Amino acid sequence: MIPLPYLIGLSAIVFAIGVIGVLVRRNALVIFMSIELMLNAANLAFVSFAAHMKSLDGQIFVFFVMTVAAAEVAIGLAIIVHLFRLRESVFVDEIHLLKG
Amino acid sequence: MAALWEIPAVQTLTWALVKVLIILQVMLGVVSYLIYAERKICGHIQARTGPNRVGPFGLLQPIADVLKLLFKEEFVPAKANKVIFHLAPILAVFPAIVTFSVIPMGPPPTFVVTDINVGLLLFMAMSSLGVYAITLGGWSSNNKYALLGGLRSSAQMISYELAMGISTVPVILYAGTMSLVGIVQHQAGFTSIGPVPLPNWGIFQWYLVIPFVIFLITAFAETNRAPFDLPEAEGELVAGFHTEYSSMKWALFFLGEYMNMLVICSVAVTLFFGGWHGPLVDRLPWMGLVWYLLKLSAFMFFFIWVRWTFPRLRYDQLMAFGWKVLLPASIVNVLIAALWLYGKGPR
Amino acid sequence: MLELFFGFAALLVVTSLLVVLHKNPVTSALFLVLAFSSLAGIYLLLNAEFLGMVQIIVYAGAIMVLFLFVIMYLNLQHDVETGLQIAVRRGIGWLTGVAALLTAALLIRRGWALGPANEQLPEAAAGNVGALGRTLFSRYLFPFEITSILLLVAMVGVIIIARGRTKTAGEGA
Repeated sequence: MIPLPYLIGLSAIVFAIGVIGVLVRRNALVIFMSIELMLNAANLAFVSFAAHMKSLDGQIFVFFVMTVAAAEVAIGLAIIVHLFRLRESVFVDEIHLLKG
Repeated sequence: MAALWEIPAVQTLTWALVKVLIILQVMLGVVSYLIYAERKICGHIQARTGPNRVGPFGLLQPIADVLKLLFKEEFVPAKANKVIFHLAPILAVFPAIVTFSVIPMGPPPTFVVTDINVGLLLFMAMSSLGVYAITLGGWSSNNKYALLGGLRSSAQMISYELAMGISTVPVILYAGTMSLVGIVQHQAGFTSIGPVPLPNWGIFQWYLVIPFVIFLITAFAETNRAPFDLPEAEGELVAGFHTEYSSMKWALFFLGEYMNMLVICSVAVTLFFGGWHGPLVDRLPWMGLVWYLLKLSAFMFFFIWVRWTFPRLRYDQLMAFGWKVLLPASIVNVLIAALWLYGKGPR
Repeated sequence: MLELFFGFAALLVVTSLLVVLHKNPVTSALFLVLAFSSLAGIYLLLNAEFLGMVQIIVYAGAIMVLFLFVIMYLNLQHDVETGLQIAVRRGIGWLTGVAALLTAALLIRRGWALGPANEQLPEAAAGNVGALGRTLFSRYLFPFEITSILLLVAMVGVIIIARGRTKTAGEGA
């Protein structure tokens, strides 16, 4: 069995990369991909704890995370497509409708 | 050297590698002769002879074809995305080869590369990766016909994958396992419809007949074969996603298409036609391989036959058929199979 | 085992860094596919083979194809990222990321332990599809049903958003 600290460390690294991606990039699609990366880092933590606790509950949780991620991506991409039609841009700092 | 050989892991790995190499080489040969078979059968269906100049009965035609493709000019469009343009043909072949590692071609352990308990899911995963080759190939060519072909194919393959996946669920319910070897082993022995004795294959269970038909239809769509070859409909899209491809890169796409056919036919044989089962297998294990290959050839013939018989569908017909007919039908079938098996009680 | 893990882990870290850093969205998406695949490999090492396969089917086979589809549909090219404001934001982003990582490192290095392991379940069954299904359809049946409603809602929402305001909006579209 792979030592737990390695797994959680890897999960933390991937999560941090996701955080950096969300904060650094302007492209809404890449920001979305970074969010997926963060969700997957959480999934990795769930699966590693499940493996070390000899329990299936963690794996079941990953199912739910995947379902939510799928729903979220579908909705998010629809919103991005719609925004692109309205503003001809996918850069989040060019989209400031509330600023008038 | 002898000490190294004693380690069980080394032995397993070596045997697996040997099997992989054999399968790879045999598949390359089989695919080139499949193309020959396709051209011959197509010729006879259209009342002509097909290739007959190179060698006796044109049997050396595949070699001539391969040589021709090898020596053709490699053309890359000026504004193409070079890396992805080169990557796409590789992605076309990769999933098919990976799937072959779990397909049982005869009684285990000799004729199976590996038996994993999620073999069927591996097949589904790899067939879902097949979309990338066509989509990326179409996009990176920087050609509107190629892009249209690529977009069409990704929509088509995603839609039909759902129906395909759900149509295999009754088989999983029937066999109680997702391992392809386990599914084949479950189909051993005999059953009977009335007084007629029949092998205990999936297709002879009444609740698996419609899933089989759905699987077959979706298989045509997944391999982009007629009547579902919309991504490369030459009447409207020049050559579809591989318009800009030439030489070996084009050959890889072609190879991928035929390897995918082989894989999907093998899975159909495994799920519904008893895999390697047949007379004499108990005494002579290699007869299993023979039976598997016979069944596979029958399926391949059927694929070619269908291609040269049916006209191409229109795109809206294709999507409507996938979403409004195949998907609901396969879901209802899962329900029927589940209820029937539940009523029959535990195995 | 451990060597395989390090291989997959290195691949995962490198590809996810490239997802974040690469200027071309299509390349980013492709590296994300690779990252998800290496994560699936780690799941396999952790005896979660069902999850590993589902990871490839759902993430690589469905979600990322959707991403690629949208990127191609919008015909996005390389991102242009210049200017003072963007440089400042980028610096803040990197600082936050490194801070998050340091916090995680501190937490992992502090003493901690898992609770008692579930002894009833044999280790071999940890990735067993049957056991997983039994758990999902017994103890987690209610959340399972809720997710199906979630998916339905998402489906309706996507159709309404993506269709946009048509000219015959009076029909209640």
